[in-house]
Amino acid sequence: MDKLLCKCGHENPPGTVLCESCGRPLNEQEENKELADMRYEGTARRSQTYNKSVIDKIWNFFSSVKIGVSIIIILLIAAALGTILPQQQYVPANTEATIEAYYTDIYGTVGTVYHALGFHDMYNSFWFIGLVGMLAISLIIASLDRFVPLYRSLKNQRVLRHPSFMRKQRIYGHGPGQEDTLQKAEEKLSELKYKVSTDKNGLLAEKGRFSRWGPYVNHIGLIIFLFGVMLRMIPGFYVDETLWIREGETRAIPDAPGYVLESKGFTLETYTGEGEQEKFGEAIERVGTVAKNYQTDVVLYKIPEGALPGDTDEMEVVEEYPIRVNQPFKFDGYALYQMDFRQDEFSTMSFALENKETGDSSGDLTIDLVNPETNYELADGSVVELLGYYPDFSGFENGEPQTASPLPKNPGFLVKMTTPDTPDGETSFITIQNTVEPLGDNDYKLAFQSVETRDASGLTVRKDRTLPILGLGGLIFMIGVAQGMYFNHRRFWIQQQQDGSILLAGHTNKNWFGLKKDLDQVNEHASLPAYRDQQEDLEAQEKREGEQLT
Amino acid sequence: MSMEKKRNKKQNRTIMRTAILLLLIAAIGYTIYNSVTAGEVEVLKVGDQAPDFTLTDLNGESHKLSEYEGQGVFLNFWGTWCEPCVREMPAMASQYDVYREQGVQILAVNIAQSNFEVETFARQYGLNFPIVIDRDKSVMTAYNIRPLPTTMLVNPEGKIERIVTGEMTEQDIAGFMEEIKPE
Amino acid sequence: MTLADISSNLLYVAFIAYLIATVIFGGAVKGNKEGSFRSEQRWGKVAITITVIGFLSQLGYFITRWIVTGHAPISNMFEFTTAFGMTLVGGFIILYALYRTAVLGMIVLPVALLIIAYASMFPSEVSPLIPALQTNWLAIHVITVVIAEGILAISAAAGLIYLLKVIDQKKKSKQRFWLEAIMYSLVLVLGFIIISTFFTLTNYEADFAYVNKDEQASQITYNMPAIFGMNDYESLSDGTFTPLVEMPPVIHAGKLTTVFWSVLVGTVLYLLIRLIFRKRISAMLQPFTKNVNLQLMDEINYRAVIIGFPIFTLGALVFAMIWAQIAWSRFWGWDPKEVWALVTFLFYAAYLHLRLGRGWAGEKSAWLAVIGFVIIMFNLVAVNLIIAGLHSYA
Repeated sequence: MDKLLCKCGHENPPGTVLCESCGRPLNEQEENKELADMRYEGTARRSQTYNKSVIDKIWNFFSSVKIGVSIIIILLIAAALGTILPQQQYVPANTEATIEAYYTDIYGTVGTVYHALGFHDMYNSFWFIGLVGMLAISLIIASLDRFVPLYRSLKNQRVLRHPSFMRKQRIYGHGPGQEDTLQKAEEKLSELKYKVSTDKNGLLAEKGRFSRWGPYVNHIGLIIFLFGVMLRMIPGFYVDETLWIREGETRAIPDAPGYVLESKGFTLETYTGEGEQEKFGEAIERVGTVAKNYQTDVVLYKIPEGALPGDTDEMEVVEEYPIRVNQPFKFDGYALYQMDFRQDEFSTMSFALENKETGDSSGDLTIDLVNPETNYELADGSVVELLGYYPDFSGFENGEPQTASPLPKNPGFLVKMTTPDTPDGETSFITIQNTVEPLGDNDYKLAFQSVETRDASGLTVRKDRTLPILGLGGLIFMIGVAQGMYFNHRRFWIQQQQDGSILLAGHTNKNWFGLKKDLDQVNEHASLPAYRDQQEDLEAQEKREGEQLT
Repeated sequence: MSMEKKRNKKQNRTIMRTAILLLLIAAIGYTIYNSVTAGEVEVLKVGDQAPDFTLTDLNGESHKLSEYEGQGVFLNFWGTWCEPCVREMPAMASQYDVYREQGVQILAVNIAQSNFEVETFARQYGLNFPIVIDRDKSVMTAYNIRPLPTTMLVNPEGKIERIVTGEMTEQDIAGFMEEIKPE
Repeated sequence: MTLADISSNLLYVAFIAYLIATVIFGGAVKGNKEGSFRSEQRWGKVAITITVIGFLSQLGYFITRWIVTGHAPISNMFEFTTAFGMTLVGGFIILYALYRTAVLGMIVLPVALLIIAYASMFPSEVSPLIPALQTNWLAIHVITVVIAEGILAISAAAGLIYLLKVIDQKKKSKQRFWLEAIMYSLVLVLGFIIISTFFTLTNYEADFAYVNKDEQASQITYNMPAIFGMNDYESLSDGTFTPLVEMPPVIHAGKLTTVFWSVLVGTVLYLLIRLIFRKRISAMLQPFTKNVNLQLMDEINYRAVIIGFPIFTLGALVFAMIWAQIAWSRFWGWDPKEVWALVTFLFYAAYLHLRLGRGWAGEKSAWLAVIGFVIIMFNLVAVNLIIAGLHSYA
């Protein structure tokens, strides 16, 4: 396709409808229109001019608003469908098979179908991400396709427009003028903060051109945001780990090399409904209990530079911090969040060594369930020796006590009790529920006295280096939206013809009311010819015609 | 405008558009690939340098991985509650007797259990190799150990030769030790 | 009288003021002769004055409640929904100041009344904040959202008026059907309010034990005669209505019962209206729109969206993400409420592209505005009550 040479001498890119420079219509169809289509200044949307190779076809596909909106609608429907049943991450199952079974068990056929369609993991499915990707492509291509010619056209625009262009503007006027009309109009328009440029017998006043870039700016913001989301997939940008830590424990923080955390204690507070909180009494009564605070007091240690994992002797305290909901602990790009807790895990157990017959006690002993000792010596010379410890006793296998986990959920102890009465010692296996005496009846027993508990905190370890990018994207998006929606681009063209009459046209991308108000002010000062709103005229005419028909 | 210029322009346009489209499609492809394979990412791979660490054994002696350079290190992560870990221990002990002379060292890293439990266990099974306790799970974290048992086979150059998750038979153990034996 | 009492009384005053204003706005509009605005001018002034009094009174409720509870009163269904009613009225007052649109008041005020009445069906006592809500982001995020939703609802009201005027009530059409469906759904909300109030006043209560979907024993109190029984239910109160049907565990029969009663009462009410007036509700409302300036309604519809959309984006996505990052460690987690905020965002984005890019103005735009409101209400009602997620505080 060839470039279009306008009568004014300007070379326009192929497909242009209105000359970039003087505004003359460049084809017959456009010439016959009563009003010019000014959305993209009559420029050629680049995609529509070339439509030859496959690449061009793909390009044109993504350039279309229709396709863009269709992708938005499909995404919207897909996103909504994903909320009908809970997504798999909110389901209490964690293997492929149990998740599938969960949907069938709980939701019946609907659940089975939902799972089979892959809706249980909608937002991570390849086609959902693919759709978001297509939206991103559409955003980029549609913007490029429109921005470049619009920019060119506004940059190339001339002060003097062809009368045929002016006649096709929505705001148009033609009438006698005075010698100083142009000069006065220029004064007033400058006063109204218009940028006025003059050429021979005409002027162009323009204001707020930047609002035309609003849509492109907000699209750039969205692209940056999506780019940030994409970056988090790259290792090192994003850390998401869970750390369970019990009161008193010291643990290396997963994925945060060199950092070690100690839990000083977990606190759960609830509202009492008394005193200051009396006003909440009614609500608390209705619901039962309402939590007021979840808090883990922690100490952060750092292994010194050059030290190795496991080298715990030289750790340095970095900071102490109370981690609470809404108050994550931030350090070195990481953040620790209070996310979960488990209360009342056993920490120590106390027993009394008793003579079964007399019930006399030889004394008490306390076993630390996290770090038990071997020998417990009592005041009267008795000794309890721990032979075996099974923190989560799960039964015997080949006569050996077994433990199901390292956590003291159901502690079992194999002990040898030696007292002055029984110098050879007696062996006993003790669990919470019962006592087994594997080597015959004993004279002594360990009587359970008390148990102390501790809480475990579930912390989320997070590092997200994409946040600044996402924030930037969001900010640019909001700026672009405001720029495009709350400002408008206004232009007036005024020309004095050779016969002294004045030709006047005005255009804005939105808020015609404001444009007319500006023009009225100029009118008062410079006595311009009366103008008409040709759009309203057209509508009024259509209405009249419509009424005549009925 | 000459025909040639026009053709050039058209070519440029096609190249430009193709480049933009390819770039975008590659980015999306990468994103989809990553999201579908999410969770399968392993931090340590075969051939990586094994992260150095230092841990103390039951006798109070400290063991630093890098000090064993020149020897193969059979790095076994375990716990007393883990049945397959317990089952493979005697086999490890008997193979240790064979390969210790040939320059293969076993380090059994217990995951944060008490001295009492580990000592009792070692005595009961008569374990002859050093057992170290990873009290704050920092070595476990550094090696990104998920299921137990996991065994990292470190060759004399200090590189990871093989990662074994799950139980090993005595034959497996012998074979693995053979792999990391210094020449 | 304590401050808390003053607060709830102010809400009553607001409710009654809106009720009176609705009637006067209706009369003002109806009293106009075709093409004349004399009645509207005279009575419109009275109506808007009462509306403003109501609004100030509700603002008083909001501020005093904030003082009493010590936190922004938007932390549960009652508080949020009431605030939604308030921003809706606030948006209308601003528009009235600009365009003197009495007819808009005639639509917006009853909708606001329905919303506030709906809100009062939820527990309204002041409640303490759970840890996740104890932050200034609660006020920042929720107030922005509630303002945005109020403005977007105005767009729907303008759209609705547009549709009431242009849709031919004499010819059978899809448009006529769907417009009436909107009216019918508003009557259903009224049905819910009437039946809930009735059973609350009569103190109806029936306790049941049941087995929930995680196979755990639970208890539930029905405040309406149980039509549907929970899974494996067992009645704990004597002399109450025995459920007719037992539901599987995944369906919450208690909520279903409420829906059933609301639909029943709403439908009866609707049929009564149809029988008495022998007209569709939309046909009854059409004469009120005889003087409506369609172009102005279209402009209000569009204006409300271009103001509401950025505020909604800011409140429901940007602020929401910032808070989610602080409280839940991730700015986005595909929680149903989050997803529906995204759906709303995408919907209005599509609205703007269709309007600006493909010239969808007038009736098409009006339909889109109404659908937008339906999505917002779905997010408010259904997502909170039916789809359980992190946001179900009420």
